[in-house]
Order: sequence, then structure tokens, then C-alpha cells
Amino acid sequence: MSNFSSSARPKLELLPRTEVERIHLASMKLLEEIGVMIYNDNALRLLKNAGVEVDFSKKIAYIPQHLVKESLIKAPSVIRLYSRNGKHDRILEGDNVTYNPGSAALFFLDSKTGDLRRPLTRDLVDLVKLTDALEHIHAQSTALVVSDVPDEIVDRYRLFIVLKNSPKAIITGTFSIDGLYDMKRMLELVAGGEKELARKPMAIFDTCPSAPLKWSEITCQNLIDCAKFRIPAEIIPMPQLGATGPVTLAGSLVQHNAEFLSGLVMAQVENPGAPVIYGGSPTTLDMRFGTARLGAIETMMLGCSYAQMGKYYKLPTHVYLGLSDTKTIDAQCGFESGIAIVLGTLAGINVISGPGMLNFENCQSLEKLVIDNTICGMALRLVEGVTVTDETLAIDLIRKVGPGGMYLAEKHTLKWFRKERFIPSELIDRREWKAWKADGSKTAHQRAKEIVEKTLKKHEPEPLQRDVENELDSLMKTIMSTHS
Amino acid sequence: MGNVVLSVGIMNEELVSKLMNVVISYDTEGAAKAAQDALKAGVDPVVAIEEGLAKGVRIVGEKFGAGEVFLPELMVAVEAMKHAMTILEPAIKEGAATTKSLGKVMIGTIEGDIHDIGKSLVSAMLTVAGFDVIDLGSDVPVEKFIEKTREVKPDVIGMSALMTTTMLKMGEVIKALQKEGLRKEVKVIVGGAPTSEEWANKIGADGHGGDAMDAVEVMKNLVGHERQE
Repeated sequence: MSNFSSSARPKLELLPRTEVERIHLASMKLLEEIGVMIYNDNALRLLKNAGVEVDFSKKIAYIPQHLVKESLIKAPSVIRLYSRNGKHDRILEGDNVTYNPGSAALFFLDSKTGDLRRPLTRDLVDLVKLTDALEHIHAQSTALVVSDVPDEIVDRYRLFIVLKNSPKAIITGTFSIDGLYDMKRMLELVAGGEKELARKPMAIFDTCPSAPLKWSEITCQNLIDCAKFRIPAEIIPMPQLGATGPVTLAGSLVQHNAEFLSGLVMAQVENPGAPVIYGGSPTTLDMRFGTARLGAIETMMLGCSYAQMGKYYKLPTHVYLGLSDTKTIDAQCGFESGIAIVLGTLAGINVISGPGMLNFENCQSLEKLVIDNTICGMALRLVEGVTVTDETLAIDLIRKVGPGGMYLAEKHTLKWFRKERFIPSELIDRREWKAWKADGSKTAHQRAKEIVEKTLKKHEPEPLQRDVENELDSLMKTIMSTHS
Repeated sequence: MGNVVLSVGIMNEELVSKLMNVVISYDTEGAAKAAQDALKAGVDPVVAIEEGLAKGVRIVGEKFGAGEVFLPELMVAVEAMKHAMTILEPAIKEGAATTKSLGKVMIGTIEGDIHDIGKSLVSAMLTVAGFDVIDLGSDVPVEKFIEKTREVKPDVIGMSALMTTTMLKMGEVIKALQKEGLRKEVKVIVGGAPTSEEWANKIGADGHGGDAMDAVEVMKNLVGHERQE
């Protein structure tokens, strides 16, 4: 008998290789013939200098196939994301998965009232602390657009709150061109300097083209600036099926891929080797209510397909998945997020942003975040697969216990049960009826609420060093006074 | 002279804590040796059980209660304790102060039913809680319950069944206890998937355990609460 150990990672691939190539070729053709609209003259000039045919009056760049291919070769296939204390570093490569809360929610689901309301600073502090404590939510996001500071500085302020309340790495974004520069300074303060941050990036910036086939001035500049500073940028096309993209999944994939590639080319032309992530935030238009469908099965299928395209290009991948269209913590919330997180994890998406998010893509809930944390843990267990070795086959043990025997008190059980199974928090109820009833017949929602309360009461995130915190505070003050 | 006594005392203390350690480190292999070493050094077997084994099992029980350890750890800890007990128990002198216990529980899966796991869990948890447990195993006939009741004089009888067909036998045991004039001397508790409070009332049992932890609580109440120190 050999000691050969096998635990093949189960993997989901919706598209056969030939179809991936077809989508790739179609989107390259599309970029060359139809082009992409770019409302940023810097970017247009940059492309022009790289030999791209640019129509400055229409602001359209016709990107040739060879430039796309050259750019693809230049972009790195591994991105390391660092935490402030080195304990939560993440590597974006292969089929590794990092989960973080869905970001930039305009609303917050109030735990006490169950109502949707604009978030306040204290809500973001709570969310960041909770994320810091949750085992399977590996990274932070600037998850809430708080309403108690001026809109002009809210992007910087969100990052400020996250940096103060958690050492975990961050997925963020900015709402202005200057925002990126301010936020870069904040990150440098915490990382210990400009060189240190460039060497050990602590944050990824989201940059979203405006479907179909268009880049706004701000987002485009953010992307180019990220490339210049070697800040990892997630390019997140979001064609909405049937509205800002074709209603067919395949057609939307072609457009999505073209939008991504146009961003990739701009980043690589600006700074060859700039870290870029193949992203996406799939939505489909609901044909009855005209709303965005984030929890739809097609949304999840698109997300998994994006990951396949990114992997085809050997790039790290990122998708917004695990969001739910529901308005409260109910069965729809559980199954939409559950299915999406499992599928996305099986597809090996490197960053899955979405936990905590409901009401489409604009509301965060602490209770949902706790529930999604458990789903993430289950999904991670799933992709560990079935470990097959002589010891796990347990033939000697089965012989020893024999027909009619019991395994519970065996050393083999003791040794393996924690490795072989995911042990959830008290969110999951597995007691028998009488015990459940005696404990107040609580639902998962109520249990999640208790976990939120308990965690926020006892969890203390590792604080910033005093002098760093002081500097960060005064930088935030300066930013505020500049914009007031 | 005083030093010698002191060093013997320290050595004995170490041997007793070794017994505690075999339990909390789930060392079933080392349990018997630890017990023999303790006896050889002249440690009082009652002290070895109380301050060593029982203390270890209590620690594991507390961790289980807090959700830090799980059933396999609990079961193997009890297993280690049992290994050591087979050495220590025969060494307890006749008439010596016996070990403190919450009470004596006799437990078994009912005739016709070979499902052992639930009953074994309850058995282990009762041991952890500080009961003396006599486990009759599974497929235990009505007559054996009666015969053993006479022999070991338990404070509580626990019966388990997994099948609706076998649970009917539980009522027969209670009737037989009545007929033999033993019913007043013991409390009876039933448990297992098909059983319920209603069922327990219907057949004249004193209690029902919803799950293993519940069973322990119900038994504690039946014997009049906490350990008598």
C-alpha cells in the first residue's frame, strides 16, 4: 500500500475551453472594430502613443489585437495582499479564495428596527470590527457609504475608519480623482512609507467601466493612477443583461471581456507589469420590476464564467457574489447567498465580495454577514475535497471495530474529526427539538443577532500604533478642512 | 524525616496529577500504567480516583460544556478513565470511604434494539457529570433489567430505544419493576429518537431525556441535584 495522498480540489467550469476562446476572440475583434469610449484625454493620448487608432472627437479608441495580447503577457498572475500585522495576508493566485464584505452600500439594515436607513459612522465601525472578528471573512471592504460626513470626502473617510479598526487587508475604491491620492497617503502612513506600500500593497482599488464599452473620466484616471503607483486595481465591468449589455449570457460575456481588456491595456501601457485583477459585478435586469437581479442564478453563472476568462488569461480574479435581492434575513437571503458563495468558491474566484449585502447591491446587514461567514466556511471545506490516503480509507480501523461496533470512542475518530469536518459557530442549530424549544425556539436570524451583539461586545481589533494613529487622525483632519 | 514525608507527598501528588493528565490528554494507552504506578507508590485509590481521574473528566466535561471539545474527546477521556478504574477499583479496601458520586445509574438499550450510540453518549456524559454508571449494553431483555436492578440497586434506570417497535418494551420493564416490588426504589428515565415526554408519562416513567445533555440534567433532578461533598 502506498502513502499516496489525494484530495483533488473540486472545480466548476461552465464553459468548455473552445467557448472561452471564442469569447476571447470575439471581444478582441470588438475592441478593434467597434472600439471603446474613453472620457479621459490622458488615457486617449496614452493609447495614441502606444499606436492605438484614436478618434478624439468621438473619444473612441480602437484597440488592436496585438496590443491586447502584449498587455496580457505583461500583467502579473499573482498578487499578494498584505495585512497591517502580517496575520491576515492573502495570496491571489490559482484557485485560492478570499472573501470580503460587499462594498459601498448606501444603506444599512438596522438590527433593532429591521428598517433600511442611511448608515452612520458607528455602523461602519461595527461592521469593520465584526469583519475583523469573523474567521472566514478574510479581508475588509469600505462597505458603507456613511451619511454623517460630507459626500466629498466619504471615500477617504471610509478607508480611515477601516484602517483604524482592523489590520485586515482592504478592498476599496474612490469617488474622485484626488481621492486616490489622499487614500494612497493614508495607506502609506499605515504601511510605513511609499516604498513599503508599493512592495506590500494593503489595499485593492475597484475601478468600474460604465457599460456598454465606456470609461468615465474619474474611473479611467483612477485606473491609470493605480497602474502608475503599482496599486492593485480590480477592473470591474458590470453590463446588466438586457439593459447595458446583451440579454444573452454569451453576448454579455463578450462585452464584459472587451471592457476588461480595454482597462487592462490602459494599465499596461501606463506601467508595464502593473497589477490588474480580472473583475466583475454581474447583474441582470428584472423584466417585471426593472430592478437589478443580484441573487439570480444567471448572475452566479456569469460570475463563474468571468473567473474562467480571468484564469484563461492567467490573471487573479474577483467577482461580486453572495449578495441577495431580499429585504430581510429570510430563506431567500440564505439560499441566494449560499448557492452563490458555493458556486463562486467552486469556480476558484480569488476575491469574492458580497457577504453581508442584501436589497440588491445597496444594503449591508451585520446579521447577514455572520450568516455568510458560515456559508464561506462551508464552501472552503467543500473545495478541500475528499482526502484519500491509507489512513483516511481506515481499513485497519474498520477491521478493528468490526461489524456491530462503534467508532465514536476510537482514536482515529479523535484524530480526524476536526480535520474532516467544518465546525460551525452557534449560528447553526443542531440540537434536538426539546433543547431548541427550551432555549427560546430561536431562528437563524435571532441567533445571528446574538452573535453580532456578543462579538461586538468582546472583540477588540489590534489597534494602530499610537503615533501612526495620531498621524492618520491629523491627515484626515487636513483632508476634511481642505474640502469643507 | 519531615523532608522525606514531604518528598513522598510531592511524588504522590505528581502521580495523582498524572492520572488527571491521562484523562485530559485522551491517553488511553498510558492510563493503566499511571494507575499501577500510583498504587505501587502507595497512593490511596480513592484519592487517585477523586483527585486524579474524576478531576480530569470534570475538566473535559467543562470544556465540552463550553463547546471547546466534542463527543470523540469526551468519549475517549471516559475510555481512559475506565482503563485506569479497572486497576484502581479492586484496590479500594473493604469498608474504606467510597468515592463520592451523584448516584448510581444503570443504563441500557431495550430488547430488540441494537442501537448503541445514543445510550453510550448518555453513559459517557453521566460519568463526566459524576455519576456511577453501569452500562448493560444494547438489546437488553426485560428480565435482565429486573435481575440487575436487584443486584446493583441503582438510583436510576435509563432505557433507550431508536425504533418505535422496540420502545414498547420500555413499558414492560416498568410493569415488571412494579410487579417485583422494585418500582418505588428506583427512578426511571427513557430516551431515544421516538420517545417523548408524553410517552414517558404514558408508560409511567419519571422522566424523559431529549438528548444526552438533557438526560444528564433530568437525572440530576431525579436524584436530588448536586454532588454530596
